[in-house]
Amino acid sequence: MLYIDSISKGIVIDHIRPGNGFKIFKYLGLNKADFRVALIINAQSKKYGKKDLIKLENVMDLDLTMLGFIDPNITINIIQDEKVVKKIKLSLPEEVEGIIKCKNPRCICSEERQIVHRFVLIDDKKGIYKCDYCEQIYSWEG
Amino acid sequence: MRHLIDPMDISMTELKDLLDLAEEIIKKKEDFNQVCKGKILGTLFYEPSTRTRLSFEAAMLRLGGSVIGFSDAGVSSAIKGESIPDTIRTVSSYVDIIAMRHPKEGAPKLASYYSFVPIINAGDGGHYHPTQTLTDILTIRLKKGQLSNLTIGLCGDLKFGRTVHSLIKSMSSYGNKFILISPQELQIPQYIKMELFNKNSSFMEVESLEDVIDKLDILYMTRVQRERFFNEEDYIRLKDSYILDKEKLKLARKDLCILHPLPRVNEISYEVDDDPRACYFEQVKYGMYIRMALILRLLGVM
Ligand SMILES: [Zn+2]
Repeated sequence: MLYIDSISKGIVIDHIRPGNGFKIFKYLGLNKADFRVALIINAQSKKYGKKDLIKLENVMDLDLTMLGFIDPNITINIIQDEKVVKKIKLSLPEEVEGIIKCKNPRCICSEERQIVHRFVLIDDKKGIYKCDYCEQIYSWEG
Repeated sequence: MRHLIDPMDISMTELKDLLDLAEEIIKKKEDFNQVCKGKILGTLFYEPSTRTRLSFEAAMLRLGGSVIGFSDAGVSSAIKGESIPDTIRTVSSYVDIIAMRHPKEGAPKLASYYSFVPIINAGDGGHYHPTQTLTDILTIRLKKGQLSNLTIGLCGDLKFGRTVHSLIKSMSSYGNKFILISPQELQIPQYIKMELFNKNSSFMEVESLEDVIDKLDILYMTRVQRERFFNEEDYIRLKDSYILDKEKLKLARKDLCILHPLPRVNEISYEVDDDPRACYFEQVKYGMYIRMALILRLLGVM
């Protein structure tokens, strides 16, 4: 059994869907961190069988919209004095800006230089978004 | 502030109100010819569509208002190089309401985020054209006296024609029967059919206009464009079956109402124009009246 020290102060990003752990690790730029970080993949999970998790021995600002978009199953635990002082359950954001790019060549997004690509959630079970301008569909499953 | 970007932005109650107002305008035109005195409509047409622009301009002028704008961004290079937010913030400082047409989908939606005044989508690419849908619905109500229990035939290109999709979506809320007449290549997309399933309307798909024309209260004709076909053979084989002429019209009911969003190419023979069932020129006129009603409501004048 792999043993990772519990942290006294920091953040645990838990219940990451297997495979997403490394994606989030990279997205947060943790390969360049100057504090202790643990990325654990394929840990045991009562709920899903397997999960990834990340432990940070530091407090940092997290973009919960973006994290929820990458993986809505995530739970974030804020740790102080070795205790969980806050639990945040993520979900798919209602709206994402500048994360998904609209690929419809007929969309105004393809022409206006300074436009912010904006997608709106239309089905939270299937993770389906539509472009706010042209209504092109974007789905996580692809 | 209210904008009109997507035909579905209008609730059934608001739709009824707009139709009622349009009918009132038709009955008492003189009562309305000064109500927008001092108001200015901006017509921002990033691609030419003379027909739609004239309809908006005539609507505003008949309300006693004035119009400024451009009809083709190519002419106005200053506009062409400028971002939509900048143009809209400028123009909406001058005018009270804007009708905007743009070749790209979603451009009027973008404009609505920056405008100081209401935006009316006058067509954004093949996407939405809400005032066409309003025109179609007003025409149906005026010709038939009702919006429900009708058998509505839609003929031609049902795949790419978004005005057809919008009309079906709107009319399906009222409980109607749709007969969708098109070659298999140009059938209505699956997602529209799904929406029809969820409402209290029924539909059937056929390939031949002659087979069903005697059942129709409304026949909505659309253009079948050569470039929509995969090969020339199919186009030649199919094109004539979607042309309405006197011969086919013999089979139709006396009270049929023939609609077309115009301009037409050849899908309605000119010989049909004299038939009392041809309503597409009246439809053009009603388009102006519904735009008058819409301008009044968005401006909050009445
Ligand atoms: Zn788009």
